[in-house]
Amino acid sequence: MKRLLAMYLCLIGFVACHASAELRIEVTQGVDNALRIGVVPFKYPRRSRLPVQVHDVVDADLTLSGRFATLPVNQMLSLPTSSDKVLPRDWRLLDVEYLVMGELIRSEVGYRLRFELYNVFKQSVVLSQEIEANEQELRDMGHYVADEVFESLTGIAGAFSTRIMYVTADGPATSKTFKLNVADADGHRTKTILASDEPILSATWAPDGNRIAYVSFENGGRPAIYIHDLSTGLKQQVTNFSGLNGAPAFSPDGNKLAMVLSKDGNPDIYVLDLESRRLRRITRHYGIDTEPSWRNDGQAIVFTSNRGGKPQIYQMQLEDLSIERLTFEGDYNANASLLPDDSGLVMVHRRDGIFHIGLLNLQRGRLTVLTETALDESPSIAPNGSMLIYATQAGNDGILAAVSIDGGVKFNLPSSAGDVREPAWSPKKNKIFTPISR
Amino acid sequence: MGTLRNRGLLAVIAAGLFLVGCASTTPEEDTSTENTVDTSATDAVETVVEAPKEVAPTISRDDKVIVSKGPGMGTETLDGVFYFDFDQAIVKRSGHSELDKHAKVLKENRGFRVRLEGHADARGTREYNLALGERRANAIRAYLTAEGASRSQIEVISYGEEKPVVAGNGESAWAQNRRVEIKYSN
Repeated sequence: MKRLLAMYLCLIGFVACHASAELRIEVTQGVDNALRIGVVPFKYPRRSRLPVQVHDVVDADLTLSGRFATLPVNQMLSLPTSSDKVLPRDWRLLDVEYLVMGELIRSEVGYRLRFELYNVFKQSVVLSQEIEANEQELRDMGHYVADEVFESLTGIAGAFSTRIMYVTADGPATSKTFKLNVADADGHRTKTILASDEPILSATWAPDGNRIAYVSFENGGRPAIYIHDLSTGLKQQVTNFSGLNGAPAFSPDGNKLAMVLSKDGNPDIYVLDLESRRLRRITRHYGIDTEPSWRNDGQAIVFTSNRGGKPQIYQMQLEDLSIERLTFEGDYNANASLLPDDSGLVMVHRRDGIFHIGLLNLQRGRLTVLTETALDESPSIAPNGSMLIYATQAGNDGILAAVSIDGGVKFNLPSSAGDVREPAWSPKKNKIFTPISR
Repeated sequence: MGTLRNRGLLAVIAAGLFLVGCASTTPEEDTSTENTVDTSATDAVETVVEAPKEVAPTISRDDKVIVSKGPGMGTETLDGVFYFDFDQAIVKRSGHSELDKHAKVLKENRGFRVRLEGHADARGTREYNLALGERRANAIRAYLTAEGASRSQIEVISYGEEKPVVAGNGESAWAQNRRVEIKYSN
């Protein structure tokens, strides 16, 4: 069933990619000591007939991570397919530290890949696996290999198999077409979920990586919150209150949805139990309370409030509804979300009049500005906690950009499709492969 | 309603003048009488023609309201856009006189409805800006109701930074986008 589902999604993705403009990735800053790696083309009898060159996907993923320098294929002196065929001299000469190589064969499912990660200097096999995929999953296969290589060599879980959701807005200022899109983390396989003449914003993933929630003005030009099941395509309108219906955020267990409503006079935070439909108001203040985000233990919600005069980040314990202010530096801190281990939060932070993405270490209280761009907003953290994607401006167009939590790697994701904004990194891998044991 | 009553009153005065003219008429002073009648009749007719110029407010195709500037003074389209400072929802003093006119229109035309559309500039976060846009529209609503408009005539909606009137960035674009637009319907 799961496989069918994945197939169906991939099919749609494949069809859609010809219709929608895709994002490209441009690394603007990589790490200084990038690992030198060679991704040798995977052997296959009639490689040019493959719909996707799996090793190209691996190469691109590793390059775009900013932590690897890959050797172009045309500089390779030999093309080994397994560790016993490697001539270490060929690679030492080119200063290549690691090799990824392998061979694809046809199988019942579609394709079987045997691949290895090899340490040229130690002359040892770091990783050796076999996985299977159908034709629609060849890109997933490449992302999986990249994830495995990345984790083996950096100690950080890869995020190449994840997806990103984002909003595009096309056309003149007064008559734009808004689209909600989902794509692979590398920008490929774009699928448009919703197109509307009215604004779409605040798209967010449920922890299952399948349901999404967003705010759309499609119903009579008024804002409402919708939940959309990506696998079934079923969509439901969750709220229809007068005033604001905004900033949806799924609880870590996926059973509740925090949101902002102004039906009682002011923008306040509410929590909707998605099963019982019980709505609980959790803030009561005449100021603006918005942008709720759950702590990963589910016990607290951080949110933006201007109750102190300027927007700052506050934390509410759900047990006793006690509130504590978390940010004190700067006159504009907003839209916070917590790192997967709750040790810190990323947010929009204004410094010297310019809006950047900031990281607040909650243990030490230290604030670091991660971006050098301006008008930055909507930070969304990758599930591995090592990168975040955000929206910024290039000229007069909105683009997406990403930065590592340590600030060392930066890249842009420009698109030909006008204004791109509101990125949300999926919390889960798109497809999980189980290596075949031999 | 008030305008109609005024128009009726003027018609009565005009008729009175005409009657007075007729009363002073004698068969012997035919020409002069005619002149007299003529003059007063002309005056009266002019008044009658002028009086409807104090027209009831109308709503233009682009949802603006057109009001009379006073008897014989023609009409004007009320300015329906009010601007705000960054991260502020305080109605500026410079907008008060125009808002007073809107309040008067709503007070005197209970069938009129307005939609107050609140907007923000591109700076800051989208959800905070949605809340800010609503606060701005609420501030305009509070002003209008304090000046006699009924709350039931007013609908508030915020678009935050999603519907800028001017594309691009820079203080000039931002200033024009931080606004509330008053849109009429009936």
